[in-house]
Amino acid sequence: MITVENLTKSFVGASGPVNALNGVDLNVQAGTVLGVVGPSGAGKSTLARCVALLERPDSGAIRVDGTDLVSLGGTALRAARRQIGVVPQGDSLLRQRTAAGNVALPLEAAGVAGPQRRTRVAELLDLVGLTDKADSYPDQLSGGQRQRIAVARALAASPSVLLADEPTSALDPETTGSVLTVLDRARAELGVTVLVVTHDMGVVRRICDDIAVLEQGRVVEHGKVLDLVADAGSRTAASLLPAVDQNPAADSAHDRVADVVLVGFAAVGALLPEAASRFGVELNLLGGGLTRLAETPVARFRVGLRGDRADSALEWISDAGAAVQRTPKGPQGVAA
Amino acid sequence: MVGVSTLVATVLGIPVGVLLQLTAPGGLRPRPWPHKLLGFVVDLGRAMPFLILLVVLTSITRTVIGVSIGPTAAIVPLSVGAVPFVARLVQNVLSEVHVAAVEAAVTTGASTLRIVRSVLLGESLPALINAIGVTAIALLGYSAMAGVLGGGGLGDLAVRLGYQRFDDRVLWSTVAVLAVVATVIQFVFNRAARGVDRRRHASV
Ligand SMILES: Nc1ncnc2c1ncn2[C@@H]1O[C@H](COP(=O)(O)OP(=O)(O)O)[C@@H](O)[C@H]1O
Ligand SMILES: [Mg+2]
Repeated sequence: MITVENLTKSFVGASGPVNALNGVDLNVQAGTVLGVVGPSGAGKSTLARCVALLERPDSGAIRVDGTDLVSLGGTALRAARRQIGVVPQGDSLLRQRTAAGNVALPLEAAGVAGPQRRTRVAELLDLVGLTDKADSYPDQLSGGQRQRIAVARALAASPSVLLADEPTSALDPETTGSVLTVLDRARAELGVTVLVVTHDMGVVRRICDDIAVLEQGRVVEHGKVLDLVADAGSRTAASLLPAVDQNPAADSAHDRVADVVLVGFAAVGALLPEAASRFGVELNLLGGGLTRLAETPVARFRVGLRGDRADSALEWISDAGAAVQRTPKGPQGVAA
Repeated sequence: MVGVSTLVATVLGIPVGVLLQLTAPGGLRPRPWPHKLLGFVVDLGRAMPFLILLVVLTSITRTVIGVSIGPTAAIVPLSVGAVPFVARLVQNVLSEVHVAAVEAAVTTGASTLRIVRSVLLGESLPALINAIGVTAIALLGYSAMAGVLGGGGLGDLAVRLGYQRFDDRVLWSTVAVLAVVATVIQFVFNRAARGVDRRRHASV
């Protein structure tokens, strides 16, 4: 588990001090994946580097499994670093070492003996699906393969926490998938707690349980992805859910118009038709669509209802667990 | 004479170069004042004309190996003169190692010594070999100068027989031999550097 409390960090920039982190609080439950997103310059890398113990924060606490790591030095600091696997931003492999040699690096640092080292390296190459590339040098690998080797290296010394800074930013969509699959396996098969920094909401969509949105060194949104998408006003919902096109004409043809967010298999399949038949209302889909967050199907539909019991139907949908937000039906609708 | 001096200069120069890089701003162990002091000493050594070094070191040489004249004696000033040269070359080479690779090693909890060995030196092996080649050729030139002060060797030959006795044939033959030796050294070190280089290079 990772806990970050009131973290601040400033740099001396060209034009005065830069407050990269302004009191950041974060929480990553054991065995979950947190996505840290935000625009460029928001402080994501600084946060990741602080948690990786590469940068010393000005104030605040960083706890991994309960122990505050900020004030550590010397041997204690090096021991703490072993608990935290890091995939740094950019190309970080040793170009003069083979893939296997790179994965072995943390094991050498931890003093693991030769035979055990080779066994462990083989396990990790298998985990990331690159057993056949053991003897290849980084320059003989594709970008996605290099990142998977970097992940394998980060996991080599069996850390409880994995940090990855923009692990897919230089990759095409297909190779991005292979790297995300590896991060997901780390969590699922090794129980590692993962913090992944990204500017790509696709990463959040595919592997993150939780999300933290960083802006100008502050966390402006933090929570479970599936909770936040149900909150119509959240940034997470705005960027992850299917867009709804405005269509005033269609809106005004109905008695009630609402945006409905549905999470989970049962809800997406059956809730709306059942509401229509239960309350004898006509229910039309005016926009939106279906998407998938990790394994969970999630839908956002704009629905238009016609009938006397339209309000009751919407209430029933809401009681059944969907997030319902009524929308004013455009200028004409409000006037009427 | 050149071989032994190059070896000695390498063995002594690499640790100094590593120390310079470690203590530099942005290095693994930034220490501004020791860095400046060490840098000053190194640059002083490099700025000193070799001829002066040769003369100054002659007396020291006598106490170290008992003789102050001849090829063996020349090894001392040659080596000492080349240590600061190697140190700066090594520091430059090490400073080119990609910072993300160094930080990745730091996050594994590796000791500084291990990072120096596995990452800094390991990653720059081809460049280090080239730097030693450059040093060997520079020492070849200096050794000719040492020859004048009784160091023997090709330089001695060129000056005594060629220049002083006006024997152009000897003079130019020694120059030719020196050129060939330099070319061979360059070739061997290039080959060795390329042999250990695992990176991909633009092949035109
Ligand atoms: N070493 C540094 N020196 C000076 N300013 C820095 C340094 N690192 C980051 N910054 C500044 O801190 C802010 C946050 O940077 P960063 O954490 O890299 O953002 P992100 O990863 O979200 O794009 C930026 O304004 C950046 O210019
Ligand atoms: Mg960044």
